[in-house]
Amino acid sequence: MIRKVRSHINQNETLLFEQSSPGKRAYQLPALDVPPVDAASVLGSDARTEIEDFPEVSEVEVIRHFTRLSTWNYGIDLGLFPLGSCTMKYNPRINEVVAREPGLAWAHPYQPESLSQGCMEVLALLEEYLCEIFGMDAVTLQPAAGAHGEFTGIMLIRSYLESQGNPRKKVLCPDSAHGTNPATAIIAGYEVENIKSNEKGMVDVEALAKAVNEDVAALMLTNPNTVGVFEEQILTIASILHEKGAQIYMDGANMNALVGISRPGDFGVDVMHSNLHKTFSTPHGGGGPGSGPVGVRKHLEPFLPGPRLKKAGGGWTWDYDRPKSIGRVRAFYGNFGVLVRALAYIMAHGGPGLRNATLDALLTANYVRARLEPYYQIAYQAPSMHECVFSDDRQAAKGVRTGDIAKRLLDYGFHPYTVSFPMIVRGALMIEPTETEPKQELDLFCDALISIAGEIEENPQLVLKAPHGTRTSRVDEVTAARKPVVRWRRNETASKAAD
Amino acid sequence: MLAVCGHSTLEELYSQLPDEALLKRPLNIPAGISEYEITSYFQQRGQENASGYASFLGAGVYRHYRPVLCDVVVSRGEFLTSYTPYQAEMAQGTLMTIFEFQTMICQLTGMEVANASMYDASTAVPEAAMMAARITGRPRFLVASSVHPEYREVLDTYARNSRTQVATFGYDAATGECDLKDLDAKLDDHTACVIVQSPNFFGVIEKVSAAAELAHKRGALLVMLFSEAVSLGMLQPPKSADIVAGELQSFAISPSYGGPFAGIIATKEKFMRQIPGRLAGETTDAGGRRAYCLTLSTREQHIRREKATSNICTNQALIALLATVFMSVYGKQGLRELAEQNLAKAHYLAGALDRRFTGKFFNEFVVRTNGKSPGQINGALENQRIIGGLDLARFYPELRGCMLVCATEMSRREDMDALIQAVRA
Repeated sequence: MIRKVRSHINQNETLLFEQSSPGKRAYQLPALDVPPVDAASVLGSDARTEIEDFPEVSEVEVIRHFTRLSTWNYGIDLGLFPLGSCTMKYNPRINEVVAREPGLAWAHPYQPESLSQGCMEVLALLEEYLCEIFGMDAVTLQPAAGAHGEFTGIMLIRSYLESQGNPRKKVLCPDSAHGTNPATAIIAGYEVENIKSNEKGMVDVEALAKAVNEDVAALMLTNPNTVGVFEEQILTIASILHEKGAQIYMDGANMNALVGISRPGDFGVDVMHSNLHKTFSTPHGGGGPGSGPVGVRKHLEPFLPGPRLKKAGGGWTWDYDRPKSIGRVRAFYGNFGVLVRALAYIMAHGGPGLRNATLDALLTANYVRARLEPYYQIAYQAPSMHECVFSDDRQAAKGVRTGDIAKRLLDYGFHPYTVSFPMIVRGALMIEPTETEPKQELDLFCDALISIAGEIEENPQLVLKAPHGTRTSRVDEVTAARKPVVRWRRNETASKAAD
Repeated sequence: MLAVCGHSTLEELYSQLPDEALLKRPLNIPAGISEYEITSYFQQRGQENASGYASFLGAGVYRHYRPVLCDVVVSRGEFLTSYTPYQAEMAQGTLMTIFEFQTMICQLTGMEVANASMYDASTAVPEAAMMAARITGRPRFLVASSVHPEYREVLDTYARNSRTQVATFGYDAATGECDLKDLDAKLDDHTACVIVQSPNFFGVIEKVSAAAELAHKRGALLVMLFSEAVSLGMLQPPKSADIVAGELQSFAISPSYGGPFAGIIATKEKFMRQIPGRLAGETTDAGGRRAYCLTLSTREQHIRREKATSNICTNQALIALLATVFMSVYGKQGLRELAEQNLAKAHYLAGALDRRFTGKFFNEFVVRTNGKSPGQINGALENQRIIGGLDLARFYPELRGCMLVCATEMSRREDMDALIQAVRA
């Protein structure tokens, strides 16, 4: 029944601190070519004597430690990673190689512009390509991640509206929105009003029309939205907002469903961000680094964070003279190393290849939906784009919820889908296979979920107590939160160190 | 596959899109190219930069050697291609490294709790300030003008939109330390926190405890920043601070034209529930074995939405891992020895130059260029494939004729001698 994996011996490992003993070392510094300086004599009381309990281990212990820990992880390199909204597509290794190109990796942000033209050209070309993909007039590459891009975007809207005389008070968020949307609006100084979704999982246009007035600064909309459905009324939505002088912010977390077939700038979006670590394949790395470029229409361009790239003579220069700018959102020019990877991805695909990737992402999601629909309740009948969302309604009747099914999937050798999000779907299973999955892997995954549906009918306890095959069984998150232990201390955790 | 979906063409998969929303032409992006061509393109861009130059630039981004193991570990697909460890049973590797990272940051900073990383120091500054505002219920941030100018710009941007105010206090023109008298005069009962950086932007080591004492007297918190993490191998941990925010770029993270880096926020245990970002915690699994998971997530946006402590979601996990491997390789003795080399090199260089400030310094300091402009000196050095110091007039008009210079373990004596020559010539 479980075809993808079988059990396999892996190594136990303690914390590095528990392997430490005085005098062990994994480093070697060159001989000092200048006279040594006594720290105590030049720093006086500012000099520290030691870093208490900092590890001391040998080189082989370092490599074994991290290699052993790595084997306790799951990654795209091991198989399908169907987290909805997270877009866990293959991360091409060529991108890692070019980001380490010494002339780029060692570039200091303050080295002279004349000696930074390579970096600036990379940034300029990426801006140009992203403008074309988004259908936007300008792009800033400064934001460090998606939520940071959202924050930048809402500040742009605020500054623009201020320049029109009134920054307004409220930001509207559909109840299906990512948690970052309302959190961002608050940090940017707005009140949040939630807008209900209709029975198709889309924005309820009538409710929206009622909510939009001169107090509304913007609607933050994800499109396709978090149930994987394209907002078919997007043009009406845009005109409702624009008629009252409000702006549309698009959370581009799901931009990978649109690249090459539809452009936010063409369907009324004023400002958007895109997560390069989703749509443009830069690695998630266990939770970052990301990058969240923001695209805007012309009227918002003067407000973009500075500095901006400008053509001067035959080369590029940084333009700091941006009187209307919202200011910097980050030091320097953005997560350059991530931007390099995204540009390499775009170059490898080219325009036609990017569109093909989108079509394949739609195909894999719809294939999984079609195969699973007989066994799981689809949340909305509306056509799926790049992901499909089910509810655990049928399984809940047997007392098994989406979180349990997710844990059982681990036994089948898969990372689970996104659990319990979006919140408007009861017990959501949000599945995004991405375009880089072969059919064989998709079938193994569907077979696993179908098999689990059967197990729930016959033996729900098997699923409720899962996982059974992982090296770590179900983790007690409640105790972790109740009595937080967030660092190692000598002697404190020795009793459990037997692992 | 199409047939299973009930379609006959790929285009049918998006037939629900309104016609006006469709792009009816190909993207204006050239067709895809091969791995070889991509590599060549980026090699050429790299060569257009200062490839292979020696450099004395610091100012928040430092040149340190990256031990080979760092790249070996972060290149493992199980780390590189994994997601945020929400599914703890399948992500113990990432979780345990985060737990180790948090511990090492606490050991370095003398704090009790550290989060799993922030984007970088510049964004950790407003996050730390907003944290102080939540704790104290006060809206005003008092920041030293000796804090990195770009960090202050970012703080200004955040504050402008969040009903908080930023005020600045000066630095002592002789020592280069922040001006404690000015700080005392500007502290008031609305001040949530005082923000100082040590070593500061001029490389000068601040009197952090004295600043903390003043802040505490008025009920404000003390936020201590650092941009040169190697200094923590040698300097007293800022135990008098309430919040420590900083930049780990020095720990094996490439300068990479300014990012990606990894910031940190660390604090006292009593403020743990106000810390932004992710935290890994230790617990047990159903079999009673030690296990790790993300914890206290009720602070975070995906649970709390508009009531979250921050909108931050992504952190810098892989970069934090890079720093963790770096800290493991160097360890207790190595970090000390590394710091000693930095101290020795910078003091060798400074000994032959005219320092603008008298304050104590670690590996970075301000030089008077005496008669010549920093631009002239740097121009002469460029011909020898050396990048000189940062012209401080860019950020501090009153420091015209001064440049900020940094020496690390990677600065060779012959290049330092060339810099000395260029300044004195």
